[in-house]
Amino acid sequence: MNVGLEHYLTVSFLLFALGLLGVVMRRNLLVIYMSLELMLNAANLALVSFSRFNDKLDGQVLVFFIITVAAAEVAVGLALIVALYRKRQTAHVEDLTSMKL
Amino acid sequence: MKYEILPWLTLFLPIFSAAAITLFTLKHRNVSALISIGAIVAGFVMTLVFIGANGFQINTETAVNWLSIGQAPSGLQIDFGLKLDALSLMMMLIVTGVGGAIHIYSYGYMDEDRSKARFFAKLSLFTFSMLGIVLSNNFIEMFIFWELVGVSSYLLIGFWFEKPSAADAAKKAFFTNRLGDFGFLLGILMVWSAASSLNFAGVQDALKWSPAIAESLGTIGGLLIFCGAMGKSAQFPLHVWLPDAMEGPTPVSALIHAATMVAAGVYMLCRTLFLFNADALHVIAYIGGFTSLLAALIAVQQNDIKRIIAYSTLSQLGYMVMAVGLSGPTPAMFHLTTHAFFKALLFLAAGSVIIGMHHEQDIWQMGNLRKKMPVTFWTFLVGALALSGVPPFSGSYSKDSILAQALEQKNYLLFGVAVFVAALTAFYTFRLFFVVFFGKEKSKAASHAHESPLVMTLPLVALAVFAAIGGFIGIWNNYGSQFIAEHETLSVVQQVLEPLKNIGPMLAGLAAAAVGIFVAFSLYKNVTSDPLPAKLGGLATAMKNKFYFDELYEATFIRAHDFIATVMDVIDRWFVEGFCIGLVRGGTDFTGRALRLVQTGNLQTYAFLFVLGVAVVLYLVLGK
Repeated sequence: MNVGLEHYLTVSFLLFALGLLGVVMRRNLLVIYMSLELMLNAANLALVSFSRFNDKLDGQVLVFFIITVAAAEVAVGLALIVALYRKRQTAHVEDLTSMKL
Repeated sequence: MKYEILPWLTLFLPIFSAAAITLFTLKHRNVSALISIGAIVAGFVMTLVFIGANGFQINTETAVNWLSIGQAPSGLQIDFGLKLDALSLMMMLIVTGVGGAIHIYSYGYMDEDRSKARFFAKLSLFTFSMLGIVLSNNFIEMFIFWELVGVSSYLLIGFWFEKPSAADAAKKAFFTNRLGDFGFLLGILMVWSAASSLNFAGVQDALKWSPAIAESLGTIGGLLIFCGAMGKSAQFPLHVWLPDAMEGPTPVSALIHAATMVAAGVYMLCRTLFLFNADALHVIAYIGGFTSLLAALIAVQQNDIKRIIAYSTLSQLGYMVMAVGLSGPTPAMFHLTTHAFFKALLFLAAGSVIIGMHHEQDIWQMGNLRKKMPVTFWTFLVGALALSGVPPFSGSYSKDSILAQALEQKNYLLFGVAVFVAALTAFYTFRLFFVVFFGKEKSKAASHAHESPLVMTLPLVALAVFAAIGGFIGIWNNYGSQFIAEHETLSVVQQVLEPLKNIGPMLAGLAAAAVGIFVAFSLYKNVTSDPLPAKLGGLATAMKNKFYFDELYEATFIRAHDFIATVMDVIDRWFVEGFCIGLVRGGTDFTGRALRLVQTGNLQTYAFLFVLGVAVVLYLVLGK
């Protein structure tokens, strides 16, 4: 079987949808966070495949940047979640509704 | 025209002085007083210089455009200008001259008052406004100054605002004046719509060249304008505020409520005489005559020294208005001028008595003051003789000219009224005179009365001189040149003998004065209480209670007004606020509450909606 661009994109779309589903459905902040990372990587996969099939390196360079920034972002996000847990003794989104009037 | 700057300076110096006092010298009482006195005396000198250079017979305008709407010939053009002719120049002399004497007098009168500086600031503001009325060359400018005069009168009547009666009197004066001013404003609008001009000269020309305009203006336009004069000059039925205005300090009564402001109405009638047709003049004449009779009757039974003079002022204003109505602006202005002299004199002398009596105003507490206060006594006598119309004092000349005007117009009813009022005037004036200055001391304060200081008696003497000789120093000549086309200038001797040419009115006036003085003498020489109520019975009570006009207004107009106010309150509270505003407010509130439910505070709901939004945007962008 010849693997084409559409296959990669389908995988990327499935990954993205799974991540989105996780963000919307799951209750634990850590899991939501992981789902977010999944969506990020779905985008990365799409970029890499476009880059490969267009015979250009721009997309792959961009992916490196995204991975770097994502690493920094994960560090900050995890720190925030830990800080939040310490303050509220919970990491469940149902308990974090102080934005409600 | 030489020295055009002088009238401008005269007009604006008092307002500068008022501003300077209010902003800088409010703490320094005597400095403030001197600034104010300086401004008005300088104005008087500048007016004299201006008249010396140009004479009385000029008739010019100097103006700057203040407001212009639309194209130049057809649109609304309002100037800020000065009209300089015999009429306004004489009035300037009165305002700055008599006003100056009163300013100087106030320096002594207000000496013990802790708000002396504030008093002089207001006095200067008033002088500015009054000069503005006198000098304006169009209706709008006059109306603005007209209102300013109302405001400064309000401030000065309520000068002792901690007294409730003074605060009430100030309000009453202001409201009653506003009532008249409303008519005045409507009249101005009518003039504008009929003549498309608001400049006095412009309107006069328009009326002269086109009878159609005069017709469209009609009687109503004239009477609406007269409403303004009715308020300011306190004519029936708006006369009720003037006696109450005596709650203000006595110099204020002399300056505003005798010599100048109340004369503004008469002045305005003379200035706009061309607007009135025969019917309007008739109404004006009868209102004036009725006011003068009514006020003279009330004055007979008053016991407060200032109120008696106040009602006398009302009565004399009625005289002037009647003279205008009898198409005699010259006698009206003549009487206005002499009245300014002798009535200011009477008020200031009364003020001197009040100070001497330590703020006692009831004449039945006084008595035998002629020995204790000789200067006040003699100057008061001059004023009283002038007011009663005894020749050769100034009042007799002007009063005779009004009587002669009534005869000339063959209005025998008003002539009779005027003669009767002249007798009453002499009667109540000398009733006051005998009770206050003759007989026995009726209280301890009267025995300990003392003469006022020089700063108060000097203005009295100056005014007394003019009250005595005002009849033949050329006032008639000057006004004559304004109103009478072929006018001959008379020498002083001719002016002294002028009444003899018209012997009928002169004899009538003289007889009336003699009868009045004689009756007053026989009734009031050496009495300790008023013998009149016993003789007149119910009439005296009615006179004493001012013919119940205050009570009548209270029961009718004020009640009706309160009723309308209640209805309006209900409409405002339930319809406007409850229904109209309530609907808008309630609607907004409801929508807000509904939209608030969207804010769940749940992170994932937000994320889901966010994604949904992106999906919708993507569909809209890419889907088609």
